[in-house]
Amino acid sequence: MTVLTADTALRIDGVSRVFGGGAGQVRALDDIRLDVRPGEFVCLLGASGCGKSTLLGLVAGLDQPTTGTVDTGGRRVGMMFQDSALLPWLTAGGNVEVPLKLRRVPKATREARVRELLAMVRLAGQADRRPHELSGGMRQRVSLARAFAQEADILCMDEPFGALDAMTRDLLHDELERIWRETGITVLFVTHDVREAVRLGDRIVLLSSRPGRVAEVIDVAIDRPRRIDQPQVSELAAAVTARLREEVARHGH
Amino acid sequence: MATDTDTGVPSLRTPDRTQDRTPDQTLAGLDALDIPVGEQRPLARRTWSATWPKVAAFALFLLLWQAVVWSGWKPTYVLPGPDEALPEFFSQLGTADFWDALGRTLSRAGQGYALAVVIGAAVGLAVARFALLRTAVGSFITALQTMPSIVWFPLAILLFQLSESAIMFVVVLGAAPSVANGVIYGVDYVPPLLVRVGRSMGAKGFALYRHVVAPAALPSVLAGLKQGWAFAWRSLMAGELIVIVPGHPSIGANLQNARDLSDTVGVMVSMLTIFVVGVVVDAVFNALDRRMRQRRGLLAEGSAAVKAARGPRRPGPEAGAEPGGGHLPAPARGGEGPSDTGV
Ligand SMILES: Nc1ncnc2c1ncn2[C@@H]1O[C@H](COP(=O)(O)OP(=O)(O)OP(=O)(O)O)[C@@H](O)[C@H]1O
Ligand SMILES: [Mg+2]
Repeated sequence: MTVLTADTALRIDGVSRVFGGGAGQVRALDDIRLDVRPGEFVCLLGASGCGKSTLLGLVAGLDQPTTGTVDTGGRRVGMMFQDSALLPWLTAGGNVEVPLKLRRVPKATREARVRELLAMVRLAGQADRRPHELSGGMRQRVSLARAFAQEADILCMDEPFGALDAMTRDLLHDELERIWRETGITVLFVTHDVREAVRLGDRIVLLSSRPGRVAEVIDVAIDRPRRIDQPQVSELAAAVTARLREEVARHGH
Repeated sequence: MATDTDTGVPSLRTPDRTQDRTPDQTLAGLDALDIPVGEQRPLARRTWSATWPKVAAFALFLLLWQAVVWSGWKPTYVLPGPDEALPEFFSQLGTADFWDALGRTLSRAGQGYALAVVIGAAVGLAVARFALLRTAVGSFITALQTMPSIVWFPLAILLFQLSESAIMFVVVLGAAPSVANGVIYGVDYVPPLLVRVGRSMGAKGFALYRHVVAPAALPSVLAGLKQGWAFAWRSLMAGELIVIVPGHPSIGANLQNARDLSDTVGVMVSMLTIFVVGVVVDAVFNALDRRMRQRRGLLAEGSAAVKAARGPRRPGPEAGAEPGGGHLPAPARGGEGPSDTGV
């Protein structure tokens, strides 16, 4: 295993992931290389099925690469899943509490922290509701609160705002950016929304499909704070979208 | 949060970052539209609607029984009607002997069942956890479960003579496999996504079992416990008929006694007691099951699925037949905002 230098939080080195064997074999990822600096906000963009979720799973250590290495230098990796993936037998508050329990945070601190996190995602009064009693967007916000409760050094987020209305999403963009700046965590953020990627990312990684490879890495040199309807954001988003279309067309997808 | 002092006019896109946020009230308004409106019937009506079908079924049963008696198929000293059996049942409720017998039977059932649960859970967990053990004894558990408990008695009597231990032995053997199978299936069917969620939060080993696997397996475990009880109760009744421990009156022993004395009313009173215990315990398990499903939102979904499968009812006056037709108009989702989804 490589030794990470101080300016690398995450090194993905020649990573491939092949599912199954024989004729039905799927090469989801092929020779992915990516270095992420500590405190960097990296957005992953790519067509559906190109291997984004698979890549996050590898970074979070939930799955092992077929070849290559993922090195986080012992940093704690948190994960927010594509589906809100809440535990159905717990309330919203109970779900947010689980990562705190797992880190053996004392009970008194836990309760205050749960309240704080739920207020952050604007769900202050909903702690006692159960997942099935919440809307899809509210579930995603509980899932976001739970992800922050993990207090990870690297946070993997798989299309976290996919089910939100524009207003809520803008609000959570601000909130996510604020927390990211205050805590200095490294974020790996998967999205289908190009503007969202430009709004949030320091860098955008474009992935090609079948097999998933890094097609291009784009630096986002727009000053923060940004707004999603800012002209520079729209401009870059248009350019990235064009590049993505090209990539998708090239695969006849 | 605390910085939102401008709670007046919602100013959506002002350049200032602190004012850029949508006021919380707006979001609260959106959420209010989102939350499904739960319907809760009053307790009295729920109790009534759960009770009357049972009462009706019981009345129908009594009627059929009486009809058979009236038909003169058997003389009434062989097959008495409910007008004889029921008063006898209620008068028995006033005797100490009856409660002594019922107490012993229930305590045997409780002890045997408790032991079966402990053993079954331990075996189930071990089999679910270790592949080698599963290959070795996994299929034996189901085979054991299907064995009629009565075939164990000759061996039990040889091992333990006519004693409490012999009965306990058979009750445990009858109930434990069901409990073990409940645990095994429960663990096998834990959704992999939830395990990934647990692992991503740093849960390993026991913590993963405690926070994810055990609660996710609970529905199947509960089903196993319920089935285990049924087997325990059957085994116990068989045991009490065959293994009559002198000086230890029980419901089963009473039943056997009544048969020996050709006392049909006595037989019926014992059987009625056995039946009532079954009904009560079943009600307890059903209440637990219902509560668990309600908490997980399974109750509404399940009955909704059955209703949907039955097809839509006649369309109502305001075209309510379409699923979700009654929803309030959702606030512009994604479409309104400046979102460009190019992928
Ligand atoms: N466990 C698995 N077994 C077999 N194939 C798999 C498995 N997981 C993923 N795949 C395949 O790997 C590819 C990448 O899947 P992945 O879920 O990573 O895509 P994605 O980029 O996250 O897509 P989306 O944007 O739709 O979420 C897909 O072709 C999928 O069919
Ligand atoms: Mg995905």
